[in-house]
Amino acid sequence: MNRINVNFCGVEFKNPVIPASGTFGYGREYEQFYPLSKLGGISVKGTTLHRREGNPGPRVAETPSGMLNSVGLQNGGVDKFINYELPNLVTKDTRIIANIAGSTIEECAELAEKLNGTAVDMIELNISCPNVKQGGAAFGTDCSVAGAVTKAVKDVTEKPLMVKLSPNVTSIVDIAKSVEANGADAVSLINTLLGMRIDIKTRRPILKNNVGGLSGPAVFPVAVRMVWQVANAVKIPVMGMGGIATWEDAIEMMLAGAGAVQVGAAIFADPYAPVKIAEGMQKFCEDNGINNISEIVGTVKPW
Amino acid sequence: MYKQGKYPIVSKKTLAKGIFDVEIYCPHIAKAAKAGQFAQVQSEGFFLRRPISICDIDKDKGTIRLVFEVRGHGTDKISELNKGDLIDIIAPLGNGFKVLEKGKKAVCIGGGIGTPPMVGITKEYGENATVISGFRNAAAVILQEDFKAMGCDVKLCTDDGSAGRKGFVTDALLDVLKTEKPDIVYACGPMIMLKNITKICEENGIYCQVSLEQRMACGVGACLVCVCRTVKDGQEFNSHVCKDGPVFDSKEVVFDE
Repeated sequence: MNRINVNFCGVEFKNPVIPASGTFGYGREYEQFYPLSKLGGISVKGTTLHRREGNPGPRVAETPSGMLNSVGLQNGGVDKFINYELPNLVTKDTRIIANIAGSTIEECAELAEKLNGTAVDMIELNISCPNVKQGGAAFGTDCSVAGAVTKAVKDVTEKPLMVKLSPNVTSIVDIAKSVEANGADAVSLINTLLGMRIDIKTRRPILKNNVGGLSGPAVFPVAVRMVWQVANAVKIPVMGMGGIATWEDAIEMMLAGAGAVQVGAAIFADPYAPVKIAEGMQKFCEDNGINNISEIVGTVKPW
Repeated sequence: MYKQGKYPIVSKKTLAKGIFDVEIYCPHIAKAAKAGQFAQVQSEGFFLRRPISICDIDKDKGTIRLVFEVRGHGTDKISELNKGDLIDIIAPLGNGFKVLEKGKKAVCIGGGIGTPPMVGITKEYGENATVISGFRNAAAVILQEDFKAMGCDVKLCTDDGSAGRKGFVTDALLDVLKTEKPDIVYACGPMIMLKNITKICEENGIYCQVSLEQRMACGVGACLVCVCRTVKDGQEFNSHVCKDGPVFDSKEVVFDE
């Protein structure tokens, strides 16, 4: 019996494990390792209105238990997503979350509108990319702007709307409340934490963009804390992510209040990570007499 | 079709100071692998895998050889693995070198730790290959016996003249071009070397393929971090070393930063 199917925002997922946007492309590369139907869903590469070339390289630097990236939303644009990637993805028997990022509020709305009538199951509005100059974190670090962009997208979309939040703020709870008040159906968090590494020989930052987003196990405790705080402050569901690498991490994130989880950088170390995490969660339920994983969401007993 | 798994190391040698040669028994990977492809190697205790080019493939024995240089703590950890240990790799990754039909002549050029991938491609040409390798000095020279065993013409250069001729691989290439016109040139090494080889090949109307290096994360084409600048039909755009490369037609690479 499947004990890990979840209903998140009215969308049925066969399991709560979803590769995070930007770590899994559109699934084509990882399909060589396992069928995508093993995944609860896929949050696709951040998609913009027009094709984007992204930032110059190097775009990656290793860190203790993690990595920095400064890709800068390189992607083929929303039309290519709809015409080329989506027809392939719909055949894979998994949920499709379209991650969208606009450089203006109008662009965000236009992107969401273009996805109406498509097979996309859910929109994940990215207001938290640390690697782009316009839009991105500029939307996600100000309560009123975050609310305004959420409202603009909610007004036009027919899909469930999840807003992806930045941890690079004083109070992520305030941002979450603002997007909830403006119509978000769910929030996902955390995006990467802004970081920097310097080559001591050249005295140059390793990233050509100087700074980039930190992800991987290093950020996991920060993510758990933020998910817990946000889950306690909003009524809408929370999708938890940030450094999840094992099934134990995923259980912990759900105890903190996440209704489903995304797995990102861990996939680079182990392509099978999302599949192993889902299997581990199923076994955890069986071993502990839990009928469905949803029963544990937010059940941490704080001191 | 790439695979991830833990495979036994069947032999390990030290080729020069800080340069190691491991042979891995992985029949499915060896069967699928082509010269010029690479492996993503896990380094215990480090988050990201290390991309290492495949030096040689023995499909009969079911093995691949990885020859790598210790560049930092991650590769140092990999170098601690010994015969009998398991090594966690994803391979074969990326596009290999294009192999021309039998009888065609190739010049294969490696600079420093860019030399290992030349072993596999040189094997495809045997006596019809000329191999040019360049190193800092005699102590850094590797793989010359492997090339000689294939019956090809082997030319060695060092920066200080302590082994072979004193000078750069480009000097040796220009000498070769005085007497023959190869059908293809393959090169792997520092960007400045690749840039100069590309220029020479363009001037002489010779098809050239270069193998590039970049910091990577996924190694399969999903994360898009290993960017390199390329050009096609006059349009410049970002490609990715892991999936679009590591081998590129030299005229597609934008060398100027």
